[in-house]
Amino acid sequence: MKQDISKIQQKKIEELISKGKRMDGRHAHEFRKIEAEINVINKAEGSARVKFGESEVLVGVKLNVGEPYTDSPDEGTLVTSAELLPMASEEFESGPPKIDAIEVARLVDRGIRESSFIDFKKLCIKEGELVWNIFIDIYPINWDGNLIDAAAFGAILALKSAYMPKLTEKDKVDFGNLSNKRLPLTENVPITITVNKIGKSFILDTTAAEEKAICSQLTFAVSKGDDKELHINALQKNGDALTEEEIFEMIDLGMRESKRFFDLFEKITEKKEKKE
Amino acid sequence: MAEKYKRTDGRAYDEMREIKAKAGVIKNADGSAMFSFGDSIAIAAVYGPRQLHPQHLQDPSKCLLRCTYDMLSFSVNERKKPGPSRRSTEISYVTGKALEPVLQLDAYPNTVIDVFISIIQADASTRCAGINAASIALANAGLPMSELVTAVSMGKVAGNILVDLSKDEEDYRGEKIKETTDIPVAYLPRSDKISLLQLDGRIKVAELREAIKAAKKACLKINEIQREALKKIKE
Repeated sequence: MKQDISKIQQKKIEELISKGKRMDGRHAHEFRKIEAEINVINKAEGSARVKFGESEVLVGVKLNVGEPYTDSPDEGTLVTSAELLPMASEEFESGPPKIDAIEVARLVDRGIRESSFIDFKKLCIKEGELVWNIFIDIYPINWDGNLIDAAAFGAILALKSAYMPKLTEKDKVDFGNLSNKRLPLTENVPITITVNKIGKSFILDTTAAEEKAICSQLTFAVSKGDDKELHINALQKNGDALTEEEIFEMIDLGMRESKRFFDLFEKITEKKEKKE
Repeated sequence: MAEKYKRTDGRAYDEMREIKAKAGVIKNADGSAMFSFGDSIAIAAVYGPRQLHPQHLQDPSKCLLRCTYDMLSFSVNERKKPGPSRRSTEISYVTGKALEPVLQLDAYPNTVIDVFISIIQADASTRCAGINAASIALANAGLPMSELVTAVSMGKVAGNILVDLSKDEEDYRGEKIKETTDIPVAYLPRSDKISLLQLDGRIKVAELREAIKAAKKACLKINEIQREALKKIKE
């Protein structure tokens, strides 16, 4: 029954979009109202709450120490997970992470890792023995589409807001006792944008209802390299096949829109630093 | 004999931490709420009554109340591995039993009411914060309830009966009296009944009696705050 309703809705959404309109009155490339705050969970070393319209996500950063991977003995590690809490939507079910949750976590992880936003070498405590482990955990609280963009933005805010905990003499983390040291982050802030194709139009920041009508999707992370030019760090195509022209049109659109997120990231994290 | 004990945050023995409650925090849910005791913050969402899958769980005589309690990985000092554990499974079960008596489950045969509780920040008493949030969320979902369920955790620290323990207090070790007793209580204020009672530690009957008495008193205050939260959303 649910399927039928969504089919009707899907048609309606496609019809509107072909006329350049959307259900909530936005134009095709317009984002919903974005709200973001950092340091919202005091047990997490870093945290952020991000809202895109009614889509709300909570991201936390936890730190611990452990052995490095054998292939990178002088680098810290990063683990990103997402759990699609059934609390956040009727469509999410309890149980071990399914492909949707894994994909969100993987995309967020790749954007951060490949942009070199984290200086992993500076997370080494004793080469081959002890390094910092960073855990990013993503939880949607109320899901109304575009989880990846919101989660990725929450993740970089949570990393930027984090303080390193102190270590005891035995090299264990002294939890709850934070130093004033920040994570070793670079200027290469990764911004993740998803461009969707519905019918023949490209639209941004889809709602849950709109996501049912998506034909194809391109998600990518961009960052400014040392030359201040935008680079693509991670990319993933979903859904129907796309032409080369379409792909580059989508990338152009996403890159243009990434500016607002770079600015917003500066604004939110700067405000915090002034307060200190 | 009790040792002299000063509460870490200077509270009186019968004083709870600051309580905050808000209804309607998750738009997708049929009902939802946030409830906090100091730094312990719970959010709860209610979905249902709705169709129950798998079908073999359906009961033609009543609705199934299915509670799921969990802590977010970053809600505690050392990261908790995401996903359910033996602890969260047990708490989910006792939470359901605490809430069930106030609901009219036989009105919705073959269906399920799902209650999801997430602890987003933990500083002890999380199951009680969860029950209080869930109770507001159930009312917010418009389900007929005979009354609201209220819960508070009582404790015995260094021989003294305290209300609403924080994590520091739970971990306190006195000079002579080392053990701390932890007693979560859920109370139904209108029918004057107790729907959840657990205990870990060491306590005399007279002390338990004192603890339950104090819990009831605290729960009446919590009940007021829950009602306020529900009234606010109406306005």
